[in-house]
Amino acid sequence: MKIDRRCFLSLGIGVAAGTALSPLPWKAMDDSSIWSQNWPWTPVPPDGEITYTDSTCTLCPGGCGITIRKIDHRVVKIEGRKDHPVNHGGICVLGLSGPQLLYGPTRVQSPMKKINGTFRKISWNQALAEITEKLTTLRAEGRSHTVAGIAGSSRGTVSGLLQRFLTAFGSSHFYSPSSMEDSFSQTHIQHQDKKTIPGYDLENSNYILSFGAGIIDGWGSPVRMIQANSAWKTKKIKLVQVEPMLSSTAAKSDQWLPSNPGTEAVLALGFAYVILRESLYDPKAIDDHSDGFKAWGAHILNNYHPDKVAEVTGIDSQTIITIGREFGRAGKPVAICGRGQGRTPVSVAEMNAVHALNVLVGNINKTGGVFTLPEPDYISWPEIVLDATADSGLRARPISMGGEWLHRFPNAVTGNEDGINFLFVANANPCYTLTDTKEAIKAFQKIPFKVSFSSYMDETAKLSDLILPNHTYLERYEDIPVASGLRNHLVGLIKPVVDPLFQTRHTGDVIITMAKSLKGSIEASFPWKDYSECLKTGLGRNWNAFTDKGYLELNYIPEFEEVPRFAFQVPSEIPQIPLEGDESKMGLILIPGDSLRLSSGDIGSPPFVMKTVPDTVLKNNDSLVQINPKTAEKLGLKKNGYAVLKTPRGEKKVKISLSQGIGENVISFPRGLGHTAYDDYLSGKGVNFNELIGPVEDPVSGLDVAWGIRASLTKA
Amino acid sequence: MSIVDEKAKEVDAADSPAESHCATSVDDGNGIAGLTILFFIVGFTASLFVGWIVFPKLLYSEKQQPIDFNHAMHMELVDNGCESCHFFRTDGTYSGVPKLAQCIDCHQEVQGDSEHEAVFVEEYVSKGREVPWLIYSRQPDCVFFSHAAHVQLAKMDCVTCHGHIGESTSLKPYEYNRITGYSRDIWGKELKNYLGLKTNTYDRMKMNDCAYCHLEETGRKSSVSTEKDGCFVCHK
Ligand code: SF4
Repeated sequence: MKIDRRCFLSLGIGVAAGTALSPLPWKAMDDSSIWSQNWPWTPVPPDGEITYTDSTCTLCPGGCGITIRKIDHRVVKIEGRKDHPVNHGGICVLGLSGPQLLYGPTRVQSPMKKINGTFRKISWNQALAEITEKLTTLRAEGRSHTVAGIAGSSRGTVSGLLQRFLTAFGSSHFYSPSSMEDSFSQTHIQHQDKKTIPGYDLENSNYILSFGAGIIDGWGSPVRMIQANSAWKTKKIKLVQVEPMLSSTAAKSDQWLPSNPGTEAVLALGFAYVILRESLYDPKAIDDHSDGFKAWGAHILNNYHPDKVAEVTGIDSQTIITIGREFGRAGKPVAICGRGQGRTPVSVAEMNAVHALNVLVGNINKTGGVFTLPEPDYISWPEIVLDATADSGLRARPISMGGEWLHRFPNAVTGNEDGINFLFVANANPCYTLTDTKEAIKAFQKIPFKVSFSSYMDETAKLSDLILPNHTYLERYEDIPVASGLRNHLVGLIKPVVDPLFQTRHTGDVIITMAKSLKGSIEASFPWKDYSECLKTGLGRNWNAFTDKGYLELNYIPEFEEVPRFAFQVPSEIPQIPLEGDESKMGLILIPGDSLRLSSGDIGSPPFVMKTVPDTVLKNNDSLVQINPKTAEKLGLKKNGYAVLKTPRGEKKVKISLSQGIGENVISFPRGLGHTAYDDYLSGKGVNFNELIGPVEDPVSGLDVAWGIRASLTKA
Repeated sequence: MSIVDEKAKEVDAADSPAESHCATSVDDGNGIAGLTILFFIVGFTASLFVGWIVFPKLLYSEKQQPIDFNHAMHMELVDNGCESCHFFRTDGTYSGVPKLAQCIDCHQEVQGDSEHEAVFVEEYVSKGREVPWLIYSRQPDCVFFSHAAHVQLAKMDCVTCHGHIGESTSLKPYEYNRITGYSRDIWGKELKNYLGLKTNTYDRMKMNDCAYCHLEETGRKSSVSTEKDGCFVCHK
C-alpha cells in the first residue's frame, strides 16, 4: 500500500465534486457578482424623507425660480420651479449644478485671516474686532472717504446695506458692474432725467431683430430666453441674428446676418433708412412721443443708403432692404441689442440706433414691444444719519447715487492721491471679472486691507486679507431683484434650504454688526436687530406676499400716455466704438463668444458645467481660439496647433480651432475660463478672456463698451 | 545440465520480475483502488463539510446593534401596530426605521431602568444624534422596492417579508456577508435557503423569492403597477 499520484488525483476529484455539491462556488460566485455590482467604495446616498423647497437661483442675473429636492437634510437636486413666472420649470446647467457649490471643496468654512501670505482660521469675534479697529482709526484720521465697497449688483438689500454703510461711514466709493441695461438707461438719461430700464415683451413679439444678443447663449434671463425662442419656433416667428460669428443663437436663427464686428449700429441705421424711405414707420407714435425726428430722418436718408451701409457692415444691400421691410411691416416687431450675454454694455450711439427702430415702428410700451420700466423700488428704509465725519468724507468725493461702474475701480485706487485704504467685496469677484485683469489685480493689491465676503475661495478672496464667508444662496434669506429684460421686474426671494454647513455668517448681518460696533451715527443708520428684521421691515406690507409666493412681481403697467419722449439723435460720423490696438501690427479682431456652458460671472463654473464644455473650446488645459480656415492658412496656423495670442493688454498661449462660422480676420473664444482659484476642475483650465482686453469708455455714458480688441496670432 | 540450469536460471531470472510484477500488481491493485476511493471520499466529505459548514461560518460576520430594542413592549403601547413607527409619509414614501424625532416625545427622560435605555437617552437623544441602526432587511442599493405598492396596494402584511420581529423582546445580532457587506437576512439563515428552499415566506428575500411570489400572486413575474417585465422592474 503506497500513496501515489492517483491518490492525490482522486482526492482532488473528491474535493472538486464535494465543492461542486456544496454552496461554496455558487454562493461565492453569486456574492462576487453582487459585490461587483455594488462596489463598496461607491458612495450610496443615504435614504430619507424627500422634501421640496422653493427658492431663487442667484448664480446669474436671470432670477429663475428653483425647487430644491432634499433627502432629509441633504440637498440632492435643484430643478426649475414650475409655477415661476420667469422660467416656468426650466433651468440651465449652471443652476442645476448648484449643489456642487454648496458641498464642493471651494467653500470658505470660517473667517480666515492672511498671516504672512497664508490664510489662518480666526473667530468671528476676532475678525470683527479687527475690522472695527481699522475702520475706527481711518475715521479718526479723517480718511473715511478712502474706504470702498464692491458689490455684484447695485440692487437689493445686501448691496443696499453695503452702500448705506459706506455712506454713513463717509465714503462714496461704491462700485458695481454695468450691463446692457445701463446702456439703455443711459440712453434714456440723455433724453430725460428718469432712470429707465428695458422690459422686452418678447413672448408677444412677432419679429425679432437681434443685434448680437445671445438669445440662447445667456442674454437677459437665460432660461426665459430659451423658452421664448422655442415659442417663436412653434409660432413660426422670425428671428434675425446680426452677429459676426455663428454662435448658437445665430445657428438657430431664421436668418443670420454675419456683419463685420462692431458695425451693428450702422446696420441698424441702414434698416432705419429702409423704414423711412418706404414710409413704414408709425407717424402718430413718432409725433406723440419723440423729438428731432425730421432732422434725424433727413440725416439717415442722406447718409445711410443700403449700398453705403453694405460697405461698412458686409451685409449686402438687398438683404438690408428685405430685413428693413420685414421689420417695418411685421406689426409687432422688436429690435434688441447687447452682445452675447449682454453683460458688457453697448455704446449710447448703438443703443440709440437700435432703439430708434423700435420707436419708428411705435412699439414702445406696447404688447410685443419694449417697455420702459423704472428702477425696481420696493425697499423702504429710514434716512441715513450722517455725522460731521461722514459729511466731510462724502464731500471729499462727490457722491454718485447708484455708485460707480466697476471698471473704474482700478483707477480709483491708483489714479487719485488718497487712493483706497480699505475695501469690502460682496457677491463679486473683480480679480477675475475685471478686464485688463493683471492691472486690476495690481491695483487691488495696492489696497492695504481688503475684506471679501465670498462663500468660495475665488480669485478675489484669495488675494484678500480677510475673508468673512457669507452663507451660500442655499443657506440664507435675501431678496434678488431681477430686471434682465423681463417684461415686468420681479424680486425673487432666496431662503435657507439647509442650515449653514460651516461657520459662515450672512453678509447683511455682518454689515449691521459692523455698523453697531462703530457706534454713533453709523449705528443709528442701522436700526435693525439683524438682517432678517432689516429685510422684513424694508419690504413692509409686501413681506407676506413675498414670502407666500417666493417672489414679488413689480407690476408697472405704463399707460400709453406715459411713453417717455425719445429724442432722435443725429449720430456722429460713424457710430462705432474704436478698437484698442494698432491695426498695422495686430491685424485680427478678438471678440468674446459667450456660452451658456460656462459661467463667466463672479461664480466659477462648477464641475458639472465644466463637463459640458466641448473640446473645440477647451482641450485639457488649453483654450482653443476659433479662427476662419482662410485666416489660419494665411497665418500658417494648423488645427489644434499652438499659437501665441497677443493683444495690447497681454499675451497667452492658445490652440487653434478652425471654424467656417467666423468671419475672416475675426477670432474668438469664450469668457469664463482661465480661473486661478476654485477647484481642480476649473483652476488652470484655459485662458481668461478678461486678461486680454481692457476697458474702452463710451464718450457719452462713460460705460465700458469694449466689444473686442485688436490681436495677433503667431505660431508657437 | 549446467547449461540447462543456467538457461533455467536465465528463464527464472527473466520470469521472476514478471511474476513479481504480476503478483505485486494484483496485490497493489486492491490496495490502490481502496486508497483512491478513500482519498476521494476524504476529499469529497471534507469539501462538503467546508462548503456547507465552514464556508457559511466564514462568509458571515456579525455585529451587535448599537442599543437593544424591545419591539413587543412598544407594540403594546402603540395604537396602530407596526405603522405607528414604521409609517408611510404623506408623499407615499416609506419612512423605514424611525428617526430620533419619533422617539423623542417619550424618551426625553430615561424610561425604566434598562441599561440600553440610559445609553439611548444619554448618547443619542440628549446629543441629538441619530442611532445608527443596522437594518436586517436592507436590500442592495441596486434594488428598487416600493413598500407602498406592496403594503398599501397589495395589502400585504409586514410579517410576510419581515417575519415576527414585531413580537421580539430584543434585537438579534446583525449578521452580514463579508463579500457583499449585506445583511444575512436577504440570503437566508439556514443551509437549505441556499438551495432556494424555505419554510416561511420571510426566510429569504433574494431575487427569485420576489419573482416567485409575484408569479404566485399575479400569475406573472412582472411589476403589477407598470405591467413591465425584465430587469428594470427592480433594478433601476
Ligand atoms: S439662468 Fe441663471 S438664474 Fe436661471 S437657473 Fe441658470 S444660472 Fe440660475
